[in-house]
Amino acid sequence: MPRTPALRSLASEKALPYWLILPTIAYVAVFFLVPVVQALLLAFRTQDGQWTTRFLVRMVQDIQFVSALRFTLLLLAIIVPLQLVTALFIALLVNTRFRGSRTFLYICAIPLGISDLAAGLIWFSLFTQHGYINSFLYGLGIIERPIFFLSAQNTGWVLGSIVLAEHWRATAIVLVILVAGLQMISRDYLEAAEVFGARSWQRLWHVTLPLLKPSLQSALIIRTILALQMFAVVVAMGGRMVPVLAGEAYYWYYLYRNTNVASAYALLLMVISALLAWGYLRFLRPREVRP
Amino acid sequence: MTFRQLQRRFLLYMVVVVIALWVLVPLALIALAAFTPRLELYQWPRPVLPSGFSTATMSFFLRSYGTLTSLRNSALVALLTLGMTLAVGAPAGYAVARYVFRGREAFRIGILMTRMFPTSLLAIPLIVTFIRWQLYDTLIGVAFIHTAMALPFAVLITSGIFSGVPKELEEAAMTLGCSRLGAFVRVALPLALPGLAAAAMFTFVISWNEVFASAILTVRNRTLPAQVLTSLEVAPLDFRFAGGFFMIIPALIFMALARRYLFQMWGGAISER
Amino acid sequence: MAEIRLEQVRKTFGRVVAVRDVDLTIEDGEFLVLLGPSGCGKTTTLRCIAGLERANRGRIFIGRRDVTGLPPARRGIAMVFQSYAVFPHMTVAQNIGFGLRMRHVPRRQIQKEVEEAAELLRIDELLQRYPAQLSGGQRQRVAVARAIVMKPQVLLMDEPLSNLDALLRLQMRAELKRLHREVGTTTVYVTHDQVEALSLGDRIAVMMDGTIVQLDHPSLVYDRPASTFVAGFIGTPPMNFLEATVAARDESVELVVGEFTLLVPALWRDQLKARTGQTVIVGIRAENITVHHGPVPGSLAATVLVSEPLGSQQLLTVQVGQDVLKVATAPEPLLAAGQTVGLTLVGQKLRLFDKETGKALPVPAPPPSEGGTQ
Repeated sequence: MPRTPALRSLASEKALPYWLILPTIAYVAVFFLVPVVQALLLAFRTQDGQWTTRFLVRMVQDIQFVSALRFTLLLLAIIVPLQLVTALFIALLVNTRFRGSRTFLYICAIPLGISDLAAGLIWFSLFTQHGYINSFLYGLGIIERPIFFLSAQNTGWVLGSIVLAEHWRATAIVLVILVAGLQMISRDYLEAAEVFGARSWQRLWHVTLPLLKPSLQSALIIRTILALQMFAVVVAMGGRMVPVLAGEAYYWYYLYRNTNVASAYALLLMVISALLAWGYLRFLRPREVRP
Repeated sequence: MTFRQLQRRFLLYMVVVVIALWVLVPLALIALAAFTPRLELYQWPRPVLPSGFSTATMSFFLRSYGTLTSLRNSALVALLTLGMTLAVGAPAGYAVARYVFRGREAFRIGILMTRMFPTSLLAIPLIVTFIRWQLYDTLIGVAFIHTAMALPFAVLITSGIFSGVPKELEEAAMTLGCSRLGAFVRVALPLALPGLAAAAMFTFVISWNEVFASAILTVRNRTLPAQVLTSLEVAPLDFRFAGGFFMIIPALIFMALARRYLFQMWGGAISER
Repeated sequence: MAEIRLEQVRKTFGRVVAVRDVDLTIEDGEFLVLLGPSGCGKTTTLRCIAGLERANRGRIFIGRRDVTGLPPARRGIAMVFQSYAVFPHMTVAQNIGFGLRMRHVPRRQIQKEVEEAAELLRIDELLQRYPAQLSGGQRQRVAVARAIVMKPQVLLMDEPLSNLDALLRLQMRAELKRLHREVGTTTVYVTHDQVEALSLGDRIAVMMDGTIVQLDHPSLVYDRPASTFVAGFIGTPPMNFLEATVAARDESVELVVGEFTLLVPALWRDQLKARTGQTVIVGIRAENITVHHGPVPGSLAATVLVSEPLGSQQLLTVQVGQDVLKVATAPEPLLAAGQTVGLTLVGQKLRLFDKETGKALPVPAPPPSEGGTQ
């Protein structure tokens, strides 16, 4: 029976979800795949179509490269664990549902809406020569003359300031992910554990944390990958004093107009991101738990 | 209440207040800086509290070359991004929320993964493509990459919103004489509207805040963050403080309005199922 | 108003067959109940009639019109959902008038009909309220009013009472019955609650695994279940089952249950003779067993295991040989566990089932005719 209305509408009803997700898939395909392929071409091919590793070599041999790689990974290694611990602490605090915990949560989430550049500028206003911290220390009579927190002689101070600024700005993302995860854990599990005599830290260790593992994992991945792209905070506070990989990608284009080396940096960052994400997924795989 | 309980409660609120201050004080200080008389910013010793309220710093920033144009550009890019993101992403969010179809889980995981992709870095290779497509240094070009960034979030938020509207409501409308589309427009859409508005605000904030791709893909048509970033080397302190403060304002307002929906945007672990 | 006809309707979800080639004719003005345990396909059948699911195969007719390919809006149906599905962003009046607005009925007339329907459901005081301000029972009434105001050819109800508390359910049940009597629309009503089915239905279609296993008047479904499944599903407590061997002795036939022997009423005799030596299942409802406190010739000796006073009656769990039976008896005197009693079965009410298929053996017509099974 050809083309009865029944068959036609059956087909359209079944196909509808695919039609609805098609624009998203098409958009992602164009705006993710095209630039990734383009990045490969730019990084590994010369203008006249010869395959080359020249740009890669140039990137690696640049004097800023090693320190950019070092600083990026160093900042990553300091900031991510610190944020995870802080966010977990605050999330557990919020989850006790004390009076005012909602308001407290929203205050803690505010930095989520603040751009990295603005956050950098905020902390710049604190750490700069005539900034609030120096004024404050002077007011307390601790110092006579301002301390140069943000100077090239003092990368330790610069690094410390960047860590503080990043911690202030981006802990909120981890916090929101963890709070969302905690909300999915039924209170019944905790109450059951309590009935069977688990003390509060035992409940945390044996019930809450294992059930929270999927959320911890995605928080870790998302935060790590965002920290790899750290850029505006660093630039706003220290210019190029503390070079980072994303910053180098920017400068190679902005200062030297060299899209090839800039692309090599971008590719390097994507590869590191992918490797770290894969590693987290592979080695932190949660056991078959679903809250 | 026993003494011990009282002690614990006191400790709890102490911790809470300290953390809240840690978040709020820097915000208060940048606002303070933005309204401190310009010359005081350069004094030493500089008092923590300014001698008086002054709009000179802000008006200096706003009257600086390029600020107003970039402000307009930022708003336009954000609106374009918002329109495109919702137009492309909301139908997908609806499909994920309403239908069980083969490949749904794969699609959802794919979206969760693209959420983690370092999308702004794509701006660099896109330079070449955009020059070829004549999108380089255009607002729509910047909006395209901002849409790529915001799209996964839009799909996740809208699917959360539409899951909150029971399927039976649309079915009831269909038994009462609506077509499939009519049921959506008359029932699901009005009920999802507040959530969709929140999704729109988040999208706006994502675009408004983005600096890396905007700075790379524009030369003359800079957005506000790109304008501030590229002026940093030469900009005086007061410009930076005022700029920092100014960029925060709309983001803070939108976040406050849409805060209930924060969790749909970032919740949802990758490894589940 | 119209009759509904399903011809070989089949609906699958992936590999699961939800509705298995169902044939069903529902007469004009009839109140038909689809009854069965969860997952039996009753709701899917209803949704196929509504057009919310498209049958993979088969045809559906409403009032002689083939609606198989039509969307819900064009089938002339109205539906009451389990969750009521009252639109939260519309007032009660807007909810009830929604379908008429979709039909572009003039405003004045909508208002008039909405008021009438609201009056019929006794919610005319609530017309300007929003659903959030209503109780569960009131929302339920809005959902029903919204459906009947459409004057549909067919009214479909999907477990409409299951979200109400027990008392309200009782009240609403009577009200739905009154409503059907007044409006007279052909109604298909899905439920898993046998009491609702027995009280409301003109006929009950009992479903299992996507097929209709019995379609009968409520009293017949209760009294003459078509299979052990139906007998076990309907009635609280469900029917008692005993395995028995058929033994022929002289002229008469006996059923041997363990060490006991049941005398078979004369009207079963011929049918059972043919099954001499075979095993059959004997079914008897709890209220068709008589309890004797003293020794009565021919009674089965039983020991009381549990006795539950239920107000209007006393429910006993007793042991007879290897078997355990449920027996309903008068509330007084209260029996104690461990007590020995004698039981006799009401021979007229014995039901016999094939052991292999579980199907009922046809109940022979007694001399003063009572009408046979389907």
